[in-house]
Amino acid sequence: MLDIKRIPIPALIGIVLTALFVLAAIFAPWIAPHGNGEIVGDVWEPMSATHWLGTDNLGRDLLSRMIYGARITLFIAVLATALSFSLGSILGFAAAVFGGWFDTLLSRLVDLLMSIPTLIMALVVLSVLPTNLVTLILVMGILDSTRVYRLSRAVAVDINVMDYVEAAKLRGENEIWIIFREILPNALSPLVSELGLRFIYAVLFLSTLSFLGLGVQPPDADWGGMVKENKDGIVFGIAAALIPAAAIAALAISVNLVADWVLNRTTSLKGGRG
Amino acid sequence: MADSKAKSGLLLDIRNLRIEATVYPPGEAPKNIVLVHDVSLTLEKGKVLGLIGESGAGKSTIGLSSMGYGRGGVRITGGEVILNGRDILKGGKEGFRKLRGREVCYVAQSAAAAFNPAHRLMDQVVEATLLHGTATRAEAEKRAVGLFRKLSLPNPETIGERFPHQVSGGQLQRVMTAMALCSEPDLIVFDEPTTALDVTTQIDVLAAIKDAIRDTHVAALYITHDLAVVAQVSDEIMVLRHGRLVEWGGTRQIIKEPRQEYTNALVSVHEIEHQEQQPGTTPFLSVKNVTAAYGRSHIKVLKNVSVDIYPGQTLAVVGESGSGKSTLARAITGLLPPEEGTVTFDGRPLANKLADRPKEDLRQLQMIYQMADVAMNPRQTVGTIIGRPLEFYFGIRGRERDKRVADLLDKIEMGKGFIDRYPAELSGGQKQRVCIARSLAAKPKLIICDEVTSALDPLVAHGILELLLELQKEESVAYLFITHDLATVKSIADSIAVMYRGEVVRYGAKSKVLTPPFDAYTDLLLSSVPEMEIGWLEKAIKGRRMASAGN
Repeated sequence: MLDIKRIPIPALIGIVLTALFVLAAIFAPWIAPHGNGEIVGDVWEPMSATHWLGTDNLGRDLLSRMIYGARITLFIAVLATALSFSLGSILGFAAAVFGGWFDTLLSRLVDLLMSIPTLIMALVVLSVLPTNLVTLILVMGILDSTRVYRLSRAVAVDINVMDYVEAAKLRGENEIWIIFREILPNALSPLVSELGLRFIYAVLFLSTLSFLGLGVQPPDADWGGMVKENKDGIVFGIAAALIPAAAIAALAISVNLVADWVLNRTTSLKGGRG
Repeated sequence: MADSKAKSGLLLDIRNLRIEATVYPPGEAPKNIVLVHDVSLTLEKGKVLGLIGESGAGKSTIGLSSMGYGRGGVRITGGEVILNGRDILKGGKEGFRKLRGREVCYVAQSAAAAFNPAHRLMDQVVEATLLHGTATRAEAEKRAVGLFRKLSLPNPETIGERFPHQVSGGQLQRVMTAMALCSEPDLIVFDEPTTALDVTTQIDVLAAIKDAIRDTHVAALYITHDLAVVAQVSDEIMVLRHGRLVEWGGTRQIIKEPRQEYTNALVSVHEIEHQEQQPGTTPFLSVKNVTAAYGRSHIKVLKNVSVDIYPGQTLAVVGESGSGKSTLARAITGLLPPEEGTVTFDGRPLANKLADRPKEDLRQLQMIYQMADVAMNPRQTVGTIIGRPLEFYFGIRGRERDKRVADLLDKIEMGKGFIDRYPAELSGGQKQRVCIARSLAAKPKLIICDEVTSALDPLVAHGILELLLELQKEESVAYLFITHDLATVKSIADSIAVMYRGEVVRYGAKSKVLTPPFDAYTDLLLSSVPEMEIGWLEKAIKGRRMASAGN
């Protein structure tokens, strides 16, 4: 089946880095040398043997904050992306298969949602609703699902007119089979490539929201929030803000390396066995 | 350009041509494969050489090498292509640019895809002539109009002002021939110019091409997989297989006295003996006075069509494109609910709409499509594709299902090893066989075959027809066989319905329909089927009583 030697090097790098982030997120309380909110030293201490990445604007250990931050960042981004993809693609496929008024209604509704800039929409909704993880994930997921909806509907409309889908309809298959067994496997390639992109957008969107103070609330912080906390240090030549920023970049690249590799495998029509 | 060789009449001399391509199998090192193995040919001025063989035989690759072109990363790695006395492979890019469109021109298979839809026909026809600067625009246009007239296109003076979508497929193919002839080349490469056309249109295009070649004294390489077609236009025929030369000789010798076994198989391919069955007493499916249209259009695609199908027998529906054959199938399957009329099955009316039919009715009517590649989900294995009807209609799962799938694979003469393969890993004929197995798995009473052999090479199509007949005997399943190929009809049908512009113009037992006196349309259809006989084309054109609808 999966032969490690045959995984291309970029994909391997991506897998290792992504796995590191995920492991750090899962085992945060055990790995982190200090607590999340624990003040252990002076403000903005430089990197040292005791504090590998130095300390932040309140004197908390930056490495520990990074590890706990990975947990929150990944948790929210993964759930929001999962929500946007399952919602967007299922509705998109359904719109393509059912057509008619169902398609029109849904598509116009999505147009309506998309006509309002995402960030402004999120700001308004989040400032009205109580700020907690559930609302945050729901808002991010639903807003993002509009993009996924449009993509998957466009892909599915093309697949829906293929002879093999007609053959399935003639056989009497119901819509569930047609969506999940005929259309989904053939729409996977564009969806996977979009997934890599959307996940990163979710991380960045969360960072933006936190930066504006509407995302994760202190003392917890995601990486975007940590950039905000430490941004003033940049003026004094302190790199603390750049470390979470670099982590976001590293995550973005490694996830997309993996997504590209998965894409290569899903585009094969020979079951990936070459 | 004139030198000693040209004077002696030799135009093209290909010597030991070797063409290779690099393939990149995933997970393995890239490797070279040889597509054409040291093929040599010569062509004299004004002569036509037919290149014939199945898909993958290398006919197009050899044809294109005469203009130094390799399609999609294909490389000419050995041999010489001597045109007008010089090796064009040594001329480099600049040499090719001077050569293409001036000395050698190309006529593609699908004219519809080869024309730029955004430009008028005339601009595209004279483009090469103007680029090479051999004539002024006025001269070139005058020449083009003359060619349009010679190719018997309607309104030769004004047809050039039209856009590609404003003329029919057969006309577009002739405009493309005019385009190739316009720059007065020495050689034209015809790459399956009539394969995508109806029989009735094909004959017009064929006659036009033949006349144009004769009058302009141009030499031609005529590439096709249809031996009967190539016999009409070419002086010599070269049979190719797997990139190697099988046989090369005069047209008469190849079709009358083939020396190689493979050529013999190609020549005798259409002959299947099929004893006509007498219709039973009661048909199990009858279509009564069905009228249908797409959308809310007033143009009726089917007009008052009535046909009967008897158990275990084959009804062939014949006609040109646009005659309503496939629409009839869509009306029977419920994909296009008829506006008027009924379809009766086993003595009770079938629901008009697909959604209203019970599973049992759906099971009894199965369908096989023309393009097997798109009729199977490319992400499902053969096992899933064939096994699904078993699960769906009979609830057979697990090991029992696998056993039945293996039985079905056996029936279509494919081994158990195919069960885990994906459609992309099958050949064209195998794909169509899997589609047949899928429809058989439902144990239907009727299988609708929509042009099932049209996309296949003659030898492969022959195998499929034999399989269908064999299965009919074993399973006593009835076929509704839609085709435009009368040779196929002769070998498989028990009764025939001839359709023309949405109406059934002739209907009855095969022997009755194919016995004179014919009505004008059936006569046209019958006389348009190319026969493997020299001089057939002229005879057929002379004997026609009406023009085809496609023109």
